[in-house]
This record gives sequence, C-alpha cells and structure tokens, in this order.
Amino acid sequence: MTELRFRTFRDLPADHLLGTGTAMCAGCGGLEALHEIYDILGEKTVIINAAGCMTLLAVYPFTPFRGSWLYTAMASAPAGAQGVRDALDLLLASGRITAAEDLQTVVLTGDGAAYGMGLSATSGAIERGLDFLYVCYDNEGYGNTGQQSSGATPHGAGTATNKGPLGYPGYKKDLFAIWAAHRPAYVATVIGAEPLDLARKVERAMRLKGPKLILALAPCPTGWDFAPEETVQLGKLAVQCGVWPLKEYRDGTVVHTKVPKQRLPVEEYLKRQGRFSQLFVPERNETVLVEIQAKIDDYWCAVERHGQVEE
Amino acid sequence: MRVMLTGNGAAAWGARLAGVEYLPAFPITPQTEIIETIANWIDYGEFDCRVVMLDSEHSMITAAGAAATTGVRTFTATSSQGLLYGMEMLYTVAGWRAPFVLVNVSRGLASPITLEPDHNDILAARDCGFLQLHCATCQEVLDSILLAFRLTEDNRVRLPAIVNLDGFYLSFTREPVQLPSEQQVAGFLPPFDPQNQGFRAGAPFSQAVAVLGGSAYSYFRYQCHLAALNAEQAFSESAALFSEAFGRSYQAVESYRCDDAEVVFVMMGSFATKAKAAVDQLRAAGQAVGLVRPLLLRPFPVKAFGRALAGKRGVAVIDQNLSPGYGGILHAELAANLYGHSGSKPVLVSFIGGLGGRDISSEEFFEMAKITRQAVADGSAPPPRLLYTGDELREMKKWQAIALQQSGRGDQT
Repeated sequence: MTELRFRTFRDLPADHLLGTGTAMCAGCGGLEALHEIYDILGEKTVIINAAGCMTLLAVYPFTPFRGSWLYTAMASAPAGAQGVRDALDLLLASGRITAAEDLQTVVLTGDGAAYGMGLSATSGAIERGLDFLYVCYDNEGYGNTGQQSSGATPHGAGTATNKGPLGYPGYKKDLFAIWAAHRPAYVATVIGAEPLDLARKVERAMRLKGPKLILALAPCPTGWDFAPEETVQLGKLAVQCGVWPLKEYRDGTVVHTKVPKQRLPVEEYLKRQGRFSQLFVPERNETVLVEIQAKIDDYWCAVERHGQVEE
Repeated sequence: MRVMLTGNGAAAWGARLAGVEYLPAFPITPQTEIIETIANWIDYGEFDCRVVMLDSEHSMITAAGAAATTGVRTFTATSSQGLLYGMEMLYTVAGWRAPFVLVNVSRGLASPITLEPDHNDILAARDCGFLQLHCATCQEVLDSILLAFRLTEDNRVRLPAIVNLDGFYLSFTREPVQLPSEQQVAGFLPPFDPQNQGFRAGAPFSQAVAVLGGSAYSYFRYQCHLAALNAEQAFSESAALFSEAFGRSYQAVESYRCDDAEVVFVMMGSFATKAKAAVDQLRAAGQAVGLVRPLLLRPFPVKAFGRALAGKRGVAVIDQNLSPGYGGILHAELAANLYGHSGSKPVLVSFIGGLGGRDISSEEFFEMAKITRQAVADGSAPPPRLLYTGDELREMKKWQAIALQQSGRGDQT
C-alpha cells in the first residue's frame, strides 16, 4: 500500500468536486460512492452514462460535474466509451488535441444495466482491451423505476415485483466474477462507507491502462426501506457481516482488502431494512435466514482456504 | 478511373475517398462485404482508418455517434435486422446531432427471416432524424456517400445520414463505376470540422442530458426537424458543387422521360431501374409514361416532388414495403404531399411489389400502367394491389402441401 497516495483518512481529498442539489434521493449510497470516486478521478473525465437513477444527475441546463458527460442508453454505455476513447486517440495521434486535453473515459451505470442489459456491451469493451473505468452503483434492483428485482437482487429481498412472503426467489449474480473472468486490468468492489478502501482502489485503477471495473454497493433508502441517515451505518454493516466482501482482482488473482475480524451475524444487516422484514415478521423465516448466513460463511471459508487475503 | 464494382464495393470506396477515420462495425448479410473490404485495405496498408468490431449494431451505432460527437469522421454500415436492433440508438444519436454516415443495405425483415431486399428496414428508420438517400446504381452509392458527408457536416444540418442500397440487386451486382481521385474529392469534401462539438479537458461539454417537461423536449425535437428541412437546400447546393467537381448531376427527385408523360411510376432504389426499362418499352409502344424516383427521402423533397408530378394525370406508386393494415408507405407520403394544394391532382394508384427481393417483371409494369390509365379515366383509384402472379400462387400451394405433409398435419386440412 505504501506506493499509494491514500494511507490514512487524512490523505483523502479535502476538496469535493461533485456539485450538490441533484435529484438523487436523500441518503443515496450510490451518490455517496460517486462523490468519493469523483474527488479522486477529477474533472479531466468524460462520464458516459446508461439509463438509471444517475441519469438524472445532469438535467438541462444543469450538471453537478466539472468535467464532461454523455448520456447514451441503458444497454450501450461501454460502446459509447469505445467511440469516445477511439476518437480521442485518433485526435491525439493526429495532433488535433494535445495530451493535456485528453480525458479519462468513465462509464457510470446502475446494476440494472451492469448485470443485465449492458452486459454484452461491457463484455465486448473488456475483450477489446478498452482503456476505460466502469463504475457501477449497485442498489440491487431497478431503483429508478421503483425497485423491481434485477440480476443484482439478493435472495429473500422484497422488491416491487416480489411483495410476497418469500421475497425475491433468485440469487444475486456474481458480477465481480463475471468481470474478472474476462481478465481485465482491474476489478474491485467498494462501498461509500469505507472511503479509504475505495480511494485506494480508484487510485490503483487510475494507474492502470485497459479495462478497470469498480462495483460499488449502493445502500438505497427508498428501495431497501431504511432511514436516509443510516446509509453509512448500513454500508459498514454490509462489510462487517460479510455480505459485501471488499476485494480486488489484479494480476490474475483475487485479494480481499478488508476482511472483517469477527463477522457479525447477517441478521444485523437484514433486520435494519424493510425489504427483508418478511424474514422476521409475522414470524421468523428460519430456513431462509439460515440459508443466507450459510452462504456467507461458505464464502469466507473459501476465501481463507484459498488465501485470498491481502498480506 | 472506371472500374467494375459491386454496390458494397462502391460503398467501401465512398467511405475510403471520404477519408473516414473511424469505422465501428458488426457483420450482417448483405452488408458484410463493405466492412471486410475496408478492414482488408487497412490490414494491407492501403488505407488509414480504425475499424472496431462491436458486440452488436446497438453498440456499433452508439460508438459511431460517440466518435462523431468527439470529433472524427465516422462511417458505419448495417442491414435489416441490424438496423432495427440499433433502432433505439438511431433516434438517440440523431438527437446528439452527431454527423456521420451509415450505409444500410436493405433486406426484408423477419418474420419470416429472409436475405433479399425490400424497404421495410430503412422505412422503419424513417422518423429517427437521420437524412436518407436511396440509391439505384453502384455509381450512385459511391457518389451519395460523398454527398451525404457534405450534408451531415453542413452547419445548417448536423444530422447523421443513411445511404441506402438494395441487398443482392445492388450490393452484389457489379457495374462500371467512375472512381474519382483523392484530389477531386478533397476539392468537394473538406476535412471534418467538429466546430463546437467534442470532449476536451478544460472545455467541459455535457451531451445528451435529460430534460424535464415537454417544453425543453419539444424545443430540441423541433430543432432536429428544422435542421432536417435545411438539408433540402443543402442538398441542392452540394449537388451543384458535386456536378462541378465530378461532372455527374443529381437531383433530390429524378424524373425520367416525364416531360410529356400522362402517367408516371414512382419508385425508389435499384428496382426503379426495372421501371426505367419498362418506361422505354412503353414509350416504344407509343405510351406517354415516365418514372419519378426520389434519391432524397429525408428530408422529404416536397418542392421537387411537386414539380415532378405537376400536370401528371396518373401516378402508379410502387412500394417495395408494406405497412400491414395500411399498405404502401411512399404512397401515403405522396398522398399527404399532394393534398392541400390548389390545382388538379393526379390519381394515385398504390401497388406493393418487390418484397423480400421478389422480382417485378416488365409485364407487371405494363399492367400497372394500364390500371393507372384506367383509374385516370374513371377518376378514382382502385384499392391497393399486392403484386403476385398465378404461377407464384401455384408454386406456393405446392410448398404448402409439402409443409403440411412434413408436419403430419396434412390430414386435418
């Protein structure tokens, strides 16, 4: 870590670049992460956006970004990044722009695009070795349309399309593994509630050329049903309960960057969110609770067995 | 230099002579030869351009729009299902006012899935904001690409453009094509000037941001429409410059042997050359028949069509497309265009033909001329005709019998 700019909290940027007063919900965990990421990326960026909550960051004639922005569509933001990156390279090579005018191409999408509709375009961009950073804010459902289930929704969560006593019957897709299977330059999970870990990862990604992908769990007060002031606490719980492993893929291996010393029971995380209330009332759904806990325990057993822990 | 080129070859040469720098690509029959030709030129060092294979036409059109918006001259090509797969992005990049040229090689749409041409694919993209040029010959394909780059980059227009050619009939048919020199083209088409578009550090630029409410939305949509309308004047000017530079003249609407014609065919694309041959035969038989063919379909050349049809008594509109539940799309557009003006109007007779590459024979053209003359005499148009012969129907019945036998459901019918 010593080669990195961010060793302690004091090293984190004091100046904040992203403007305020946007249309995001109070307590948006995605916006929290984006603030932290943008502070490190800086304004020499073009954000290429797919349809989702954050499309409403830039509403004519306002934008919270100091750099550039291109809205594309739900499925093809990485293809937009391809066109911008290639064009910038052609302009650079022919001397029509200077290196000082160059920009980083940053894709910004929600989980709806990243886990589903946009996966083909993302896969293509990685296989072509596109030099770009993909930032996904993962609020585990189609949040902008009222939290219907997506490929990122966890087992047992209530959504607008799973209002029954069992919640969402499927299992959250392992997008980190899907991305890593492409062998890109870098993949990491982050969360806004752990800003130092996040900053180190964004910094590391920025130093690499090629496809870099960052997956940020985005606690969502409106979609997950918790009070906006609890976003940070819930984010910390996601890490402490082992629900959201903080890790990175680099040089062909997976390393966990923040292993909870003593994992808290997952219930601590679940019971604070209205979307899991059907697991507790009118009566405890022991089967599902045990299943969720067992999957987390299995995950961390495998991590220890494979030694995927940062030295 | 005069060479033999397929329509696809002519399209590739058009892109090469236009000096395109960037080609996002995705293969689809019958377009693929265009991107293969350009990719091979690049691999053998004959042409400097960057080709990138995308994962779909949706991604391809996104990348094309993004690159044009960033400031490089961009070209791409597709067909049929591909054009429709990318449809969301056709509308989107037109709204970005991204100036680039897309070649569509027309092919009938599923279902049933097929390979040969008609115009339902390109007409599905009629309202997306792209300009549309419809080619009848391989020479026109090359020339239209050069014209389209001038139009799309014109300050008054700044909308992307589609150059359309028919699959198989033009894409794979070799015709003599006059290849202009690079110097000639340089005089006609200056290097791309992105002007106020582009992403640069130090000059932040927000493109395609959301709007809330109909007022801002309407404003930008109207801008798109007004820019498209400007393209009619820009086309006339560019065509005049083109004629000076290359000695070939193009009009938004071509009139062939129309001066004294009482009845005219209206057709677009390569099948119009069949109509031309029929016109020659009908003229030889003493009939005053001509052909009117739009090269420019978007913007719709209102004035040019008005001039071309003035004084005609009967118009046979032959649509190589079908809007189920209505009929021919070009017929509807022409009818709308003629209505509401003073003066006598021709009788419009609607025919549907050439779907999925189905041939239109000389005899059918003669018959259509006859039906149209009768409509003029009657003063009213018959219902739209779907061209189909007795022989075709007998063949179809045979196939149906086989299909029913194979499915084991023959007994039930």
